[in-house]
Amino acid sequence: MHQEERLMSLTLKVWRQKSPKDQGHFETYTVEKVSEHASFLEMLDQLNEQLIREKKDPIAFDHDCREGICGSCGFMINGEAHGPLKRTTVCQLHMRHFKDGETLTIEPWRAQPFTVLKDLMVDRTAFDRIIQAGGYISVDTGSAPDGNAIPIAKPKADWAFDNATCIGCGACVASCKNASAMLFLAAKVNHLVSLPQGQVEREQRVMRMVAQHDDEGFGACTSTGACEAACPKGIRLVAIAQLNRELLRAQFCYQEGSKEEGI
Amino acid sequence: MMVYGLRSYLSSTVGKKFVMGVTGLIWAGFVFLHMLGNLLIFAGPEVYNSYAHQLTSSGLIYVAEFILLGALLTHVILAIQLTLSNRAARGSQPYACTARGSKSVLLSSRTMMFHGSMLLVFLITHLMGFKFGNYYETTVNGVVMRDLHRLVVEVFSQPLAVLWYLVALVLLGVHLSHGVGSIFQSLGLKTLSNEALIKSLSWTYAIVVTLGFLSQPIYVFLMMR
Repeated sequence: MHQEERLMSLTLKVWRQKSPKDQGHFETYTVEKVSEHASFLEMLDQLNEQLIREKKDPIAFDHDCREGICGSCGFMINGEAHGPLKRTTVCQLHMRHFKDGETLTIEPWRAQPFTVLKDLMVDRTAFDRIIQAGGYISVDTGSAPDGNAIPIAKPKADWAFDNATCIGCGACVASCKNASAMLFLAAKVNHLVSLPQGQVEREQRVMRMVAQHDDEGFGACTSTGACEAACPKGIRLVAIAQLNRELLRAQFCYQEGSKEEGI
Repeated sequence: MMVYGLRSYLSSTVGKKFVMGVTGLIWAGFVFLHMLGNLLIFAGPEVYNSYAHQLTSSGLIYVAEFILLGALLTHVILAIQLTLSNRAARGSQPYACTARGSKSVLLSSRTMMFHGSMLLVFLITHLMGFKFGNYYETTVNGVVMRDLHRLVVEVFSQPLAVLWYLVALVLLGVHLSHGVGSIFQSLGLKTLSNEALIKSLSWTYAIVVTLGFLSQPIYVFLMMR
């Protein structure tokens, strides 16, 4: 059955900012003949081609895989991180979810540690530094073991995987009223702590990563759940409770100069 | 840099929230006991006054008051600190839009500082009106004690006082509905399996405490004036 492709026209209020130091302002654009099958980024591509034809500066936005797994893309659409659809990144958000003639306000992630570089692009290297502080396993865990050689209970494996799906896009920070990166941090800590390979550096990992999180200037969690609602990977708010538990546990279980330091 | 040791832990975002949780827990527990005590209004003046007399004449009251005051001050000071640092983290440029659809959150969870501040104001007026309010005396079974029952009837005969308590107690319920659940989150007691239970506990607790408290001014205003 062939269905006619619906074309729509939209009014976009887009945040334009030349550089981190620029004040920034909203500019209004109209895009015509947008296919309902286009992704949100493809719609922006279409607008950018239009801007280039008009000899104007195209809108800068981050993107890479465009299949929702890399964590590069993301901005606010009408105040919602990655737009209105749950568990979806903007690259996987299709125009059929919008109405013809709608006005959309598009803003970059806003948070003190996320400097706006240009238009909708923000600096998320704060996340990289949190990972560098401890989001890894530095001890030799050997080569890939045979399947089922290390038995891990199914719920535990599922939980580790659920947390591992975090793509570090920053939607949690962007939607949190406190610009807290707790959901990201929790996902990274929980992922490793749920698996045997993550046990060795268990205490120092969480202690270092929380310290880095705070140093970067992210806020504290007030468990509003805005992050959980915005997360394109469906990381659960309860993950933060586990992070809190881990940091508390580390205060009692950490032994300085132990094998955890690699000595 | 590591969050290790008491000082480091308590100055981290996670540690501060832990303390918010513990101090919140103390007050959440207190309001419940206070509410149960208030229900004795239905048992008559003698029982009500005797209970209040026994409670305040024991030396333990000073220990309890010390803990409550300490917890309150810590809760308030940390709340101010956290609010300021959270606002700084948010940055100077506000969003032009706020989420309205599926990604919006309960207003009550976003406005803890507002109802918290209102509750602090309420607490001061409440203590001034009752604890440090008019002192009447009565004798129950030969024991001279404070006639708190008379004061309660006096205060809750005034419509404005009842209205103020109504507003404040609803705000207490709103604060508890988010706060009780957040205690479990901040203390790290929430898990995937008890998450739903904690959510309903939080709301039930808030509703029970609010209705329990409200019963007194409403009962006095309607039936005893």
